[in-house]
Amino acid sequence: MSAVPTPARAEAAPEGEGLVINLGGAWRITQPLPAWPKVLGDSRPHAVRLRMDGVERWDSSLVRFVYEVQDWCRAANAACDTTALPETVRHLVEQLAQAQEKRVPSDHAQNILTSVGLAATDLWRQIRDFANFVGECTLSAISLMKHPGRFRWRDCLSEMQQCGAMAVPIVSLSSFLIGLTLAYTGAIILRQFGGDIWVADIVGLSTFREMGAVMTGVVIAGRTGAAFAAQIGNMKTGEEIDALETFGIPPVDFLVMPRLLALTLMTPLLTMYANCLGILGGMIVSASVLEIPPSAYWVETQTIIDLSDISVSLIKSVVFGMLVAVAGCLRGLQAERSAAGVGRAATSAVVTSILLMIVADAIFAVLFNVLGI
Amino acid sequence: MNANPESKAGISKPGSATPAIEVEGLECRYGDTVVLNGITFAVRDGELFFVIGGSGCGKTTLLRHLIGLMKPAKGTVRYHGENFTNENLAARRQLLKTFGVLYQSSALWSSMTLRENIALPLEEYTTLNRREREEIVALKLAQVGLAGFEDYFPAELSGGMRKRAGLARALALDPRIVFFDEPSAGLDPVLSRKLDELILQIRETLGTTMVIVSHELASIYALADRVIMLDHDARGIIAEGRPRDLAATSNDPRVQEFLTRRGEEVGTA
Repeated sequence: MSAVPTPARAEAAPEGEGLVINLGGAWRITQPLPAWPKVLGDSRPHAVRLRMDGVERWDSSLVRFVYEVQDWCRAANAACDTTALPETVRHLVEQLAQAQEKRVPSDHAQNILTSVGLAATDLWRQIRDFANFVGECTLSAISLMKHPGRFRWRDCLSEMQQCGAMAVPIVSLSSFLIGLTLAYTGAIILRQFGGDIWVADIVGLSTFREMGAVMTGVVIAGRTGAAFAAQIGNMKTGEEIDALETFGIPPVDFLVMPRLLALTLMTPLLTMYANCLGILGGMIVSASVLEIPPSAYWVETQTIIDLSDISVSLIKSVVFGMLVAVAGCLRGLQAERSAAGVGRAATSAVVTSILLMIVADAIFAVLFNVLGI
Repeated sequence: MNANPESKAGISKPGSATPAIEVEGLECRYGDTVVLNGITFAVRDGELFFVIGGSGCGKTTLLRHLIGLMKPAKGTVRYHGENFTNENLAARRQLLKTFGVLYQSSALWSSMTLRENIALPLEEYTTLNRREREEIVALKLAQVGLAGFEDYFPAELSGGMRKRAGLARALALDPRIVFFDEPSAGLDPVLSRKLDELILQIRETLGTTMVIVSHELASIYALADRVIMLDHDARGIIAEGRPRDLAATSNDPRVQEFLTRRGEEVGTA
């Protein structure tokens, strides 16, 4: 390695009415550099002449310094003489000056009316896209029912394993703990009235009618919905979806339908499993804290849960599974073709799934009430 | 010291005694598979150096070893006399500042605008304030012909523009060496020639050493001061020299086949 380079320096020396700026040393952008205001100090020269005889090495930092001096001279109405500088430096300074003139300050600020208007049109567009996509899926489902041979059964099975069997541990843990928590909460009140045994009713009913399906839905939204969006989004970035289209294979048939069927079948199974583990959680709390024997708890649970509660849980879980699959696949297909776009698609898939599930749950609550189920 | 300032201008001092890059006995492996063996060569300061060879001969592997993305099984890489393959992280980090890389896919960070892409290394390694950084960004973009595109995201640019933006980012810290991985991949002949002109122009203004991995004959003949040719079966360098000399004098059929396959057309085009 050559000798250690001397640091960059800029020294001002008076010359008649003006200043001579002698630049020297090695100008490296990654090293400390002289600042023009400090070099200038209090003097307000009418002319500035730049020399760089003592410069050992230079890069963009020197070009930028010269530009700053020129810029100051223009503002202060002082003459700036750069003729002693090498041609390459002057050319680069000129290039920088031109680039700065071309710059358009970016102002993306909008007034509130524009923002509201844009948000409204965006919401409308999203609803329309979702409706279109559901329509496409329906048409695809009808056509696949007519020609079941065209359905990707193998993909569907592997998705079933991914979103069903592989989700069992996390669903077990969350539903068991939810059952446990429900039992504890119920016990606080029921104990005061001596109605300890009704903890079984609270846990059983709320698990079957609400918590089992909702908790499973949230878990698969975070686990499977995000995975669908990320996977399909990445395929879009890599032009794999375009390749399907140009082979005349509709991406909905190929990618969406296997996932939709897999999740629609697996969510109810996972939900029923979650319901059972929720009751188990309640049973353990009752046995250990409230001293209710498991047999009594089981009998009480059987009296309160009937077929209508099981069907409520099944209906909800089928719908939740469909919503998560549709939202995940739609967001994946809508993803922008970049790493950031795929990330946004995954986030948006989870948010959309959970939002749609909450809306659907509210509609079910009203509907079941009216029907008396 | 009192020579005319023009001769001292530029980032590097052409003709300085220490080579910009020295590679000695480099061995590259993937697990137990030896891809390259006994690689030894030196790149002079300010040289336009090409690593050429057919697909799968290990060009990109060699590049990844040179820039520290892969660790060599044996051998050393030195930049301006300083060892890059040693264990000292701080020293490696210092050396990382001295070179820039233009990746095959440009590898611009997609969630950032071009301004942010180019300003990131400046924020990391310099003490420039925001306004000063923006001026450097403007200069870099102007140098590659993208003045005014500061606020664009990579996804909003065409392939050729992305390539140039990637070059602007590689030049952000005024590196003394720039590595290019297949710069003309995915570009049409016209854009590819323009990129070649840009590479020459930057070398002329800044005196940067350039190491280019490529199999584009047109670029090799137009730009290269010197080339090394790698071969898959030999797992090493089979030829070294100026491309035209190699085409004219080499007796190695592999070199002849590679360099003269379309060499005649290129020569007359």
